[in-house]
Amino acid sequence: MKFDTIIIGGGLTGLTAAISLAEKGRKTAIISAGQSALHFSSGSFELLGSVDGRPVENPVEAIDNLSERHPYRRIGKERMLQLLPLVQPLLTRAGVATTGSHYTNRYRLTPLGKVKPAWLTLDDFATFDSPERLPWRSVALVNIADFQDFYPVFLSAGLEKRGVKCSIHSTSIAALDNLRRSSTEMRAATMARVLDYEAVGVLAGRLNSVARHADAILMPAILGLTDDLMVRLLRRLVCKPVYFVSTMPTSVPGVRTQMLLQRYFMKLGGTYMLGDTVTHGEFDGDRLRHVFTTNHSPEPLSADNYILATGSFFSHGLVATPSAIVEPTFGFDVDAPADRAQWFRKDIDSAQPYMEFGIATDADWHPRRDGVTIGNVQCAGSILGGCNPVKEGCGAGEAILSSLNLTTV
Amino acid sequence: MSIQQFSNISSNNFEQCVKCTVCTVYCPVTAVNPLYPGPKQAGPDGERYRLKRSDFYNEALKYCLNCKRCEVACPSGVRIGDIIQQAHMNYSHGSAGVRDRMLAHTDLMGGIATRLSPTVNGILRLTPVKLAMDLTLGIDRHRTFPAYTPRKFTTWFRRHALKRQDRFTRRVTYFHGCYVNYNFPRLGKDLVKLLNACGIGVDLMKDEKCCGVARIANRLIKQATDAAKVNLREIRAAVASGNDVIATSSTCIMTMRDEYPHLLGLDNADVRDHIMTATRYLYRLVENGDIKLVFKPDYLRRIAYHTPCHMAKLGWSVYSIELLKLIPGVELSVLDVNCCGIAGTYGFKKENYRYSQAIGKTLFDSIAQVNPDIVATDCETCKWQIEMSIPYRVSNPISILADALDVEATRAANNI
Repeated sequence: MKFDTIIIGGGLTGLTAAISLAEKGRKTAIISAGQSALHFSSGSFELLGSVDGRPVENPVEAIDNLSERHPYRRIGKERMLQLLPLVQPLLTRAGVATTGSHYTNRYRLTPLGKVKPAWLTLDDFATFDSPERLPWRSVALVNIADFQDFYPVFLSAGLEKRGVKCSIHSTSIAALDNLRRSSTEMRAATMARVLDYEAVGVLAGRLNSVARHADAILMPAILGLTDDLMVRLLRRLVCKPVYFVSTMPTSVPGVRTQMLLQRYFMKLGGTYMLGDTVTHGEFDGDRLRHVFTTNHSPEPLSADNYILATGSFFSHGLVATPSAIVEPTFGFDVDAPADRAQWFRKDIDSAQPYMEFGIATDADWHPRRDGVTIGNVQCAGSILGGCNPVKEGCGAGEAILSSLNLTTV
Repeated sequence: MSIQQFSNISSNNFEQCVKCTVCTVYCPVTAVNPLYPGPKQAGPDGERYRLKRSDFYNEALKYCLNCKRCEVACPSGVRIGDIIQQAHMNYSHGSAGVRDRMLAHTDLMGGIATRLSPTVNGILRLTPVKLAMDLTLGIDRHRTFPAYTPRKFTTWFRRHALKRQDRFTRRVTYFHGCYVNYNFPRLGKDLVKLLNACGIGVDLMKDEKCCGVARIANRLIKQATDAAKVNLREIRAAVASGNDVIATSSTCIMTMRDEYPHLLGLDNADVRDHIMTATRYLYRLVENGDIKLVFKPDYLRRIAYHTPCHMAKLGWSVYSIELLKLIPGVELSVLDVNCCGIAGTYGFKKENYRYSQAIGKTLFDSIAQVNPDIVATDCETCKWQIEMSIPYRVSNPISILADALDVEATRAANNI
């Protein structure tokens, strides 16, 4: 099978690149070994939340303070400013509605009642102008009875600290009784699959009765696994504003984001191969000619260009063996010290060096294999390394911008 | 310094599970049946305990459809479905009863029923008979057995097609399966028409047994293994003569490629690459320019393609989809991947019927939303389930291609 571009990795990075190419009429395929890290999404995309431990208010301005190895610095501020305005419209075209701006961070609520900077946030969630002043005097925190992946007490403690009065409620509806019989399977995503028009109508009635004296209702993100229809329905039926709060994974809004992006890509004519793994490639000097996968071997899949978006350690884009950090699919050269002792620090809270490891790429994002630059492969997303997405709050931005950079003239 | 475990002990990757629960999101059973512990719990989590003591086995594992959607979703390559099926095979105490044996032996039952087909078809449709089967056997009364054909596919092939195959030098071996032979020979005939028009001759196996999927699902492992050994012998003979082995059922192919080695312990590595769906076989020939397909310009249909779970596991729906796209008058919508709920014999069982229909609802709704002329799918039991549940006609992509084919023009294009 032949394509213009094959993208290896089907998460936020791969999907952004794929949509961007498919919109330009390129014949594009994604090969994805299982579902992606979007399933653990907070519901917000972060651009840049912190540099050297100091919070960032204006992400674009703060790019200058990043290390030269950071993908944002390598993309360049001017180019970043050219790409950033493309992001929200792209998400909107796929049906992912967001709020936010790249000039000024907004702030989102974490499940533990903290407030963190965010760039674009799904419309399910509340966002604030300032981390200090929240727009409510009182909120009703409503959990579903027996749902164990949501912690109103922590949330309430965090909110009370910021001067918001909280009342905690628990409710259930008949549609969920069946699920409540299973202690292990009553999860956010399972509830989302059960909550249909009728059930959401009943749920809205319960929320209306408990929230009479609150400015807003906060409840776990358990609605809308495949689209946001039920979210919008509930909001229309409830007389107070309803905001959702992330639950323990898997994340319902995250799964929805994955599905919407994937569906949009396929509607553009793209091919999404889920549950398939690239086992190896066939190289001809400085070019990757074919890739071979578990499902399609012995026939190769071929493309003029390839994008490697397999993620970092969690997604197996990088693997740590006892003696080396390796890129397991093609054996591309990795930018990481040989000495294992330099991979980590014993203080678990400090920035871990291994978080910044990535593929060694040239100025045009091409990887090297045994020292030879591979001209028709480019890398994007967290496999690039050079930054610490957890400490800096830049994971989604790195994924989206590094892939748009490769696919936008 | 101690070094972490670096290589797997298990063959099914169960130690690679990071407990992320992504599998649960895609399990068709979890949302409708609280008795089922879900793929993570039933699979790698439960396996930790079962490896210590077999009485940690939970009979609720029987609610698993073996659809493998958990495996397709798993980011860590854990063969969750295999772990559950293996546990079901190794630890379950119950033995298959009369009903399960009847449902599992699709070839024996089919062989008897086709001989008596007018009577059998009539009887199986009678309300009192359905009620009696429901009460005595536990086959749900809402189910209608697919009609048995009066003349088997193999009989038709011997009398009307065998001789003309000699004209072709390029050949392929067709594993027709129980459904084509006993219920729906038309699909087999469509495949023969399509292949012959492209200049490809069709061989059948000398001795074909049921692929065994229903026997595996009903824990008749010895019977499944015996049938599989015969099929593997026949497949090896076909491959030795230079043929690939194709089927029009995605489940037969998934079973022979993956379940034989993973669940029955039968090594098929020497021939596995030669076992494939008919659409994959055809697509490769078209792509390489070895054959040409010419379609009637006036074949105009709106088609919705439904990916059967086992086709999703094979990763091959792309071949069926790309072939359907070749028909100029087809407007194709690809439906989101959702299980139809029947899972072969599972949905016929009284205890599963309502779960089966609840699982299928998402798919049924998505079909109704598209409102196509035809639903295309590569699996016969998906076809039964959709046709029994909503008023849409379901066809195998091979039948659609055969219907749309301009036979004369195709023969000319392939110099036949």
